[in-house]
Amino acid sequence: MAENGAQNELLVVSSSPHVKTRDTTQRLMGDVLIGLAPAAAAAGYLFGSRALMIMAASVGTAVLAEHLVSRMGHKRTTIGDLSAAVTGLLLAFNLPPSVPPWIPVIGSAVAILLVKALFGGLGGNFLNPALAARAILLAAWPVHMTAWIRPFDLVGTATPLATLVPKGVAGVPLPSYLDMFLGRIPGSLGETSALALLAGGLYLLWRRVIDWHTPVAFVGTVFVLTWLLGPDGIGTGDPLAHVLSGGLMLGALFMATDYVTSPVTPRGRLVMGLGCGLLTVLIRIYGAFPEGVSYSILIMNVATPLIDRWMTPRKFGMVKTA
Amino acid sequence: MTAKTFPGGIHPDYGKGPTAGKPVVRAAPPKTVVIPLHQHTGAPCEALVKAGDEVKMGQKIGDTGAFVSAPVHASVSGKVLAVEPRPHPAFGVSLAVVIESDGQDQLDPEIRPAGSLDTLDAAALRKVIREAGIVGMGGAAFPTAVKVAPPPNKKIDTVALNGAECEPYLTADHRVMLEQADDVVFGLRALMKACGAGQGLIAIEDNKPDAIEVIHKALGGAPDLQIIHLHTKYPQGSEKHLLKACLNREVPSGGLPLDVGVVVNNVATAAAVARAVRNGTPLYERVLTVTGGAVANPQNMLVRVGTSFGDLIEQCGGFAKPAGKVINGGPMMGIAQSSLDVPVTKGTSGILCLARGEVARDEAEACLKCGRCIDACPMYLMPLWISAYAERGKHEEAERLNALDCIECGCCSYVCPARRPLVQAIRLAKGEITARRRRQAQPAK
Repeated sequence: MAENGAQNELLVVSSSPHVKTRDTTQRLMGDVLIGLAPAAAAAGYLFGSRALMIMAASVGTAVLAEHLVSRMGHKRTTIGDLSAAVTGLLLAFNLPPSVPPWIPVIGSAVAILLVKALFGGLGGNFLNPALAARAILLAAWPVHMTAWIRPFDLVGTATPLATLVPKGVAGVPLPSYLDMFLGRIPGSLGETSALALLAGGLYLLWRRVIDWHTPVAFVGTVFVLTWLLGPDGIGTGDPLAHVLSGGLMLGALFMATDYVTSPVTPRGRLVMGLGCGLLTVLIRIYGAFPEGVSYSILIMNVATPLIDRWMTPRKFGMVKTA
Repeated sequence: MTAKTFPGGIHPDYGKGPTAGKPVVRAAPPKTVVIPLHQHTGAPCEALVKAGDEVKMGQKIGDTGAFVSAPVHASVSGKVLAVEPRPHPAFGVSLAVVIESDGQDQLDPEIRPAGSLDTLDAAALRKVIREAGIVGMGGAAFPTAVKVAPPPNKKIDTVALNGAECEPYLTADHRVMLEQADDVVFGLRALMKACGAGQGLIAIEDNKPDAIEVIHKALGGAPDLQIIHLHTKYPQGSEKHLLKACLNREVPSGGLPLDVGVVVNNVATAAAVARAVRNGTPLYERVLTVTGGAVANPQNMLVRVGTSFGDLIEQCGGFAKPAGKVINGGPMMGIAQSSLDVPVTKGTSGILCLARGEVARDEAEACLKCGRCIDACPMYLMPLWISAYAERGKHEEAERLNALDCIECGCCSYVCPARRPLVQAIRLAKGEITARRRRQAQPAK
């Protein structure tokens, strides 16, 4: 407090730095929601009102669960950081459009309460909440979680991946690349339109919310390996179909890039992408499931602390002294 | 010439616009000055005067026999009112000599030119620099005479002048380069001679093209002097990063610039050296920037050491908006003050008055592990882990992650979207680690 009259109010005294970036957790998560918006719109267009209902149920439950957890811990509610909304929307994107509405409700509750809150809330969980919840739903209700429908007419069908992989259904023709790119194919709610996901992903790259390392390494690895490991020998695969089908775009751009459950250094994020790509291809081609994106990301989530331990930057001044 | 830089760092809002184009104005002569006896890194001075003594401007009023130290001088002529503990803008409290000005500004008759650069040898130059009380004027205030006297096993080949001024808001060095270019170049020559260096360079960020042009002219095409354009980025003016950018020499961990054959000085320090050699003038006044959203009329000012912050803010029209924070230095590494009743010291490069709305007072949220602090860290450390260990009192773990290499630039805290006090926690850990090392070294004696 000054006595010289220039100032009659208390001054704030704190340790430097005294200025901060404008970016906040809320702003980053808000950007992720904006990045997910094109795919959400595509889901509504392709699968109609049932898509909107599933997304609403999933996001609503996630936010409610987050709020209740904060309350139970006698803490200020953390729904404002928008991370619960992101989890809810991502879970919805990973569900078949035909699921009954109680599936997203249970899924979001599991994601927030079991996978996130029990491990300490935002920043404490070691698995991607949406993906872990999807894995649990798949184990609990395998029929609901693998019943696919076609866009627009909503008739039951198989996904392109089921045709593409060696163990799949023979004789069903693959949709055109254009249909796969635009999303006019059966699949989970938010994963079918590569166009919408790429638009949102590019937005996140432009806003520097994510960097290129994980998505490029992930998609690139899948592309190269599926081409190499073709059905008729080395180099006979259909890499474009593999990249455009299943949850690859959604996983590479929005799930494997989740800050909390992925490595903290650029080199580590490269390893994350490579590992996810390798595991996805192994599961798709040699595993029991047609799709491997979710499990590959979950496995790499578990490997993240190890990657963080190994992929450390070379500190300044580590030079040989004369 | 393409601008040079280093990987990492940040691009904050620079806020230099209000003062960059304003010539330095001389502050009104202070009626009373409070001159701390401790204005430098190292041992504090002992007072050479006592209450009631008459002193002249430029007279030495404090000194010590310690090697790492610099004497202090009166910045006005007049009567010593007291030698007593007073608030200090960097150290909290320090013993200070309080002088009431007689308004005459009578210069100490002892002050006379030291001689020409041709006749003075290295040892004589170092003595001139020490007696003039010159310290690093970029903020750290390390005694310059000590800097230019490296141990005999270290050979210095280059003197680098730091004109980066990467701290946002501050424009004092910018104005010194524009208005005292000849002094800066003369000071560089003197510093080169003092430490036996064959080449000199001046490094300036490319957001100051006018300073680059003026200094370029002042160098006059000398073959042993060069100007280096630096990319505008914080903390480009950190001496380690300056040398990495300019010379591609990397100061080893735990080392100093002299380990790679370089001595780094601030441009304002060089100008002060020039005045000490040419005129014998000790360091009792300096250029600083009074700025920030709260100040009515931000300015660059030539200020006597010992003038109170409050006085200078008044001379800049006072507060146009309520001040939230008053900082000694810049926003990234400056020290927040609890009172305006603190004096300008040799190391005060600016008085930054942030308006209440500009003051960040966010609550820390959970770490997202986004890794932005790692990308920003110019030392390539992992601030999120070091601070997490520090917060839990695990200082050995923090040390293992190289906490001691942290230069406390604050980039990590700046970029953190969760507003975590990263550098603040690391600072704490560094203190604990060095204290423990000192304790462990004790029993040996």
